[in-house]
Amino acid sequence: MNKEHKTLSDSSEKIIVVENLTARFGDNTVLENISFEVYRGDIFIIIGGSGCGKSTLLKHMIGLYELASGRVIINGIDITNADDEQIGRLRQGMGMLFQSSALFGSMTLYENIALPLMEFTDLPSSMIDSIVKTKLGMVGLSGYENHLPSELSGGMKKRAGIARAMALDPEVLFFDEPSAGLDPVTSAELDILIKNLNKGIGTTMVIVSHELESIFNIAHRIIMLDKGKKGIIAEGDPHELKKSSNDPRVINFFNRKAAH
Amino acid sequence: MPSNEYVVSVSENNAGYITLFISGSITLHNIDEVMPKIKRLLEDKSPSEIYADLGDVDAMDSAGAMLLLQLENELQERSIKLEFVNVSDKVKDIMTLLDKNALASQPIIPDKRSIGFFERVGEISLNFLDDIKNVIAFGGELVLEIIYSLFHLRSVRWADVIIYMKKVGVDGLPIVGLISFLLGLILAFMSSLQLKQFGANIYVPALLSLAMVRELGPIMTAILVAGRSGSAFAAEIGTMKVNEEVDALIIMGFNPVRFLAIPKVFAAIAVVPLLTLFADLFAILGGLFIGVFFLDLTVYTYVQQSIKAISVFNVVTSMIKAVVLATLIAGIGCQRGFMVRGGAQDVGNATTSAVVAALFLIIVVDSIFAILLNYV
Repeated sequence: MNKEHKTLSDSSEKIIVVENLTARFGDNTVLENISFEVYRGDIFIIIGGSGCGKSTLLKHMIGLYELASGRVIINGIDITNADDEQIGRLRQGMGMLFQSSALFGSMTLYENIALPLMEFTDLPSSMIDSIVKTKLGMVGLSGYENHLPSELSGGMKKRAGIARAMALDPEVLFFDEPSAGLDPVTSAELDILIKNLNKGIGTTMVIVSHELESIFNIAHRIIMLDKGKKGIIAEGDPHELKKSSNDPRVINFFNRKAAH
Repeated sequence: MPSNEYVVSVSENNAGYITLFISGSITLHNIDEVMPKIKRLLEDKSPSEIYADLGDVDAMDSAGAMLLLQLENELQERSIKLEFVNVSDKVKDIMTLLDKNALASQPIIPDKRSIGFFERVGEISLNFLDDIKNVIAFGGELVLEIIYSLFHLRSVRWADVIIYMKKVGVDGLPIVGLISFLLGLILAFMSSLQLKQFGANIYVPALLSLAMVRELGPIMTAILVAGRSGSAFAAEIGTMKVNEEVDALIIMGFNPVRFLAIPKVFAAIAVVPLLTLFADLFAILGGLFIGVFFLDLTVYTYVQQSIKAISVFNVVTSMIKAVVLATLIAGIGCQRGFMVRGGAQDVGNATTSAVVAALFLIIVVDSIFAILLNYV
């Protein structure tokens, strides 16, 4: 299985390139000089302990926060100096599932998913209807069109969030801790969903997570961040890292050992 | 629930130590009785060592364990050693859970340097300047988006505009009407008390209608809209910010100001002038009530006198004022919402600050209008 991914990665192009990214809030430097690549079609997981800057890295990658220095190139476009039109086009090519799902509370699931379709495409409403139905079906929420987000459970909200993120069939999907606050069964189901979507549509997935289970189950490649180093301490296939890494921080993480 | 029964007793030994027997249940529900009892038993005794026999304790919670630790600490101060004997495994488990030093430890004082007077003044000034900078930046963005929307009418979310028109206008009408009616009533009554002395009751309608149309109508409406809707806008956008919904909009390629603020501002611009007209009307009705029932004016005279006092120019400037105030109230409400960073408390602060800032701006704008109109 590992080999298969390796060849996939080696032969495919880089869809995201991060070069010397530094993230800073005021005087507080969270990440320093980070560089890595994400290959098209991969499930790429950013892992690390709490407070090491995983979510911060993700939000810098998608351009929600401004970089202190460095570059992020997505699909050949440098987001740090792209004009509004390029950014707009880029954003329609990516989707994001937020930690809190971030569904619009005043809209039904149908409206949530149809929103980007109505705004960014000229499709007739009957076509949008069908697309919304398909997306909801894809995440196992058929029939929930008229529900409000507040009427759903946490796991259903996450799945609806994925359906919305996939509305425009993006090339890259970002996930901020998809299994946060979910029970083990639901989060395993979510893992399967992510894996199937990746396999079926070939969407590149960039995921922030600290769930060991999903890291080993779905990741093709991972990077591990560390709070002390403010950077990457390990990179590669999680199974190989677990076997071969001799960095105590990496070993502790994979073996669920407390640091002291 | 375990019973609160307990027994404590003491037996003295010739060898200079005593044994304290504790049995039954020692829990949160009875430690306030047990502790004094034990203390009383040991009060007049000063052995070198005490054995606490816990063999017959059948229920103990962490409060009970705390009591034993406390006892140990207190006896230690009297240099008496306390030793627990016959401790069951269950009790032992609870006692190992407690940290002996926790009782005696001093609270850690968080590293919060007290800020001096000058430093505080400086900090407040800097925050204030920062705030002004943010408001100006947002104001600029809002103006650009308003211009963009006027040229791209299809980009405006009209369904939302209608919803907010209902929330700000229709839902706000009862309170605006009631307050203005009462205001007209009071104003007419108070002014008539003075004017009556000169037999000038006939001027009450003119005074009231002019005051309402030129000053009080726009201001009262603006204050009510700031309290009802400016705060609601701040809370709504602030909560969306906390829920990452604003981030989601950005990632989906929407401009959050265009998406969230423009419908609110347009709705406010559409309905606040109407509310102002209603406020004027209700105030004049309130005055009419006083005029007809207390001042012996006929309805016809009252209405005629009211209309005579106000010119079209007065009404038009009043409407312009209402539009400017509506833009400011809705704009500052949205700006405060977008400034929310933290959690629920920050949303509360944003809501308060939206109303306070709006009230401040209302007075400033009103003064500017008063000065400008003086020269027209």
